[in-house]
Amino acid sequence: MDFELSDDEAALADGIRSLCRGRFSLDRIRAAEDAGGHVDAGGWTEMADAGVFSLQVPEAAGGIGLGLAAAAVVFEELGRALVPGPLLATHLAAGIVDGAADGKVVVGAVRRPGGPAASATAAPVLVPHLPDLGALVMVGEDELTVADAGELNQIGAVALERSLDPLTPLWRIGRLPAGRRIGGPDEARDWRRRQCVLAGAVLVGLATGAMELAVAYAKQREQFGRPIGSFQAVKHLCADMLVAAETARAAVHAAAVTSDEPDVGDPERSAAGAGLLAAEAALRNGKTSIQVHGGMGFTWEVPAHLYLMRARVLADTIGPLDDLARRVAELY
Amino acid sequence: MDLRYSEAEEAFRLELREWLGQVLPKLPPKPSPLDWPARRAYDTAWQKMLFDAGYAGIDWPVEGGGRAASPVEHLIYLEELETAHAPYVGVNFVGLLHAGPTIVVEGTTEQRARFLPPILRGDEVWCQGFSEPGAGSDLASLRTKAVRDGDEYVVTGQKIWTSHAEVADYCELLVRTGDDDSRHRGITWLAMPMDRPGIDFRPLRTIAGSTEFGELFLDGVRVPVANRIGDENDGWRVTMVTLSFERGTAFVSEVLESMEILRDLRRLAARTGSWSDPEVRRRVGHLGAELDALWALARRNVSQAARTGVPGVGGSVYKLGLSELRQRIGELGMDLIGSAGLSWDDLDGVDGAGPLGNAELVNVWVHGFSRTIAAGTSQIQRNIIAERILGLPKG
Repeated sequence: MDFELSDDEAALADGIRSLCRGRFSLDRIRAAEDAGGHVDAGGWTEMADAGVFSLQVPEAAGGIGLGLAAAAVVFEELGRALVPGPLLATHLAAGIVDGAADGKVVVGAVRRPGGPAASATAAPVLVPHLPDLGALVMVGEDELTVADAGELNQIGAVALERSLDPLTPLWRIGRLPAGRRIGGPDEARDWRRRQCVLAGAVLVGLATGAMELAVAYAKQREQFGRPIGSFQAVKHLCADMLVAAETARAAVHAAAVTSDEPDVGDPERSAAGAGLLAAEAALRNGKTSIQVHGGMGFTWEVPAHLYLMRARVLADTIGPLDDLARRVAELY
Repeated sequence: MDLRYSEAEEAFRLELREWLGQVLPKLPPKPSPLDWPARRAYDTAWQKMLFDAGYAGIDWPVEGGGRAASPVEHLIYLEELETAHAPYVGVNFVGLLHAGPTIVVEGTTEQRARFLPPILRGDEVWCQGFSEPGAGSDLASLRTKAVRDGDEYVVTGQKIWTSHAEVADYCELLVRTGDDDSRHRGITWLAMPMDRPGIDFRPLRTIAGSTEFGELFLDGVRVPVANRIGDENDGWRVTMVTLSFERGTAFVSEVLESMEILRDLRRLAARTGSWSDPEVRRRVGHLGAELDALWALARRNVSQAARTGVPGVGGSVYKLGLSELRQRIGELGMDLIGSAGLSWDDLDGVDGAGPLGNAELVNVWVHGFSRTIAAGTSQIQRNIIAERILGLPKG
């Protein structure tokens, strides 16, 4: 038993971190806001070349053949750097949807509500990054379906003028396309579990990034003649951010390892719990980071809000959070 | 990241599990929590059994008479003992977890030979004289004075939060030997025999009605200089040495015990019908997710200690999270048992209280308040996290 990152995992994290520093610096991410959050083709290719999408595809199928634990390490770094785009959906679609693994096709994912009441629900279907997508996976209760670019072009989507996260542009569609079936109940459950763990990893990264931004500010910003980080009221806010992020990180890593090796625990319970705690950590730290920044935290200039808004997007893909908690309760 | 135990680790677990299966049924019934002599007899008899089976001082180095188990084996040891409902370390706590490990590292050959074997065998019990009425979180401000007189120190002052002093043979005592304002530079570590004249103990009654600790009054108590561990005025460093024994395993039993309490609460809710309340299920699930996360964090801390040999700062994160979580488990228990939570009397049959009756659940709730205070308050833990991990400036 050694639950620290292995040397390979640590090297993987380092590699992704330096890729993010070079290609997805905060300055560049902020500049992408003006471009409407379009997926940057060059950056997408670099992600593919670094193995972000093919990481879990078996070597025999041309992938890297690693497990969810390695993927969790990668996605945490992507979250920490606020890298935009449907990275998670494309990663999960690799090996199922042609072109996803090598970055040729950008794949999105949405939930397909199940049951007879589904068609009557008034909740709008929002699809992120729609014009950039070459395929859209629809995750139902009992099946996975995929719509290709041709089908997506015909669904009559309406662009929303403003999205909560400026780097997650949204399109509203009346109804989901029929699509082509690519998996049954097992595949759908598997997708949801892995999505919950990896969304958790992104959320842990967001929770960490928000904390790091706030801590750096608390060390530098002076009031009453001393750094605000020397005041316990601020210090304890920062400490609580670290506790939330580290606890969620341990949960996400345990869920990822358990998904790879189901006999060391309960994959479903640990995935639900990890997603829940990671989402709460990111939402809490995003909010706290704004607070620590004071008035500047409420301005567009300071990027504190970006962590919080992205956290909302990720939490929405795995939520409602209360349902995740009840899922844990049923399996406890 | 690997959560799978090695073959050797699994073999250690099986051997321990088998032994526990043999000896635990033979244990006498647990004594009343108020009967301290009986508690000492029970806890030390258990320690003797551990000693005879080679499990005493599981994490102590071989030169101290211990088993020198790896941090992972220590984790397995705690997990198996908790799962099998073995007795807690009880009155042996200070000797095994504080005083003993300190003497292993800082004691002379003679001191090791004198003090360590009786701790491991359960022959001698220790208590702790660190905190004072005026020196709580700020331990370095302690004022209990020791004045050298020949080959003895004459000690006068007052200690507080001293657990099981009424049945202890020795007290690990921090005294002021330097100037009044010397703080951590003027502290000395003494092994004070508890049978000396001038020692008076007054138990303090807790809000749970129990007497777990009290005040120790020292009036001209004579302690041999030979009982000084480390140099005069070097007691602060000597005390901190114990921390290097911390290998991420502190509070591990508590997280496992809390999981069991939560499973009991789930059963209780099912029996009383409140399980159909989605809010109750949400609360149980949330607490369950947090406990799973803390168990993962415990294994991470242990793995870190196994790799580096030094305790990680993760211990503060874990302690803070667990102690606050434990309070919320107590609150859920109180909410579930309703008016049966208004009494410490065992109202068996009321609300079908099962493995954990109302009295136990009231205890879980009330004792929860001590957890965010003892062993470093939550506020001190947050300072430690902010300053030592995040590098924020001291206030």
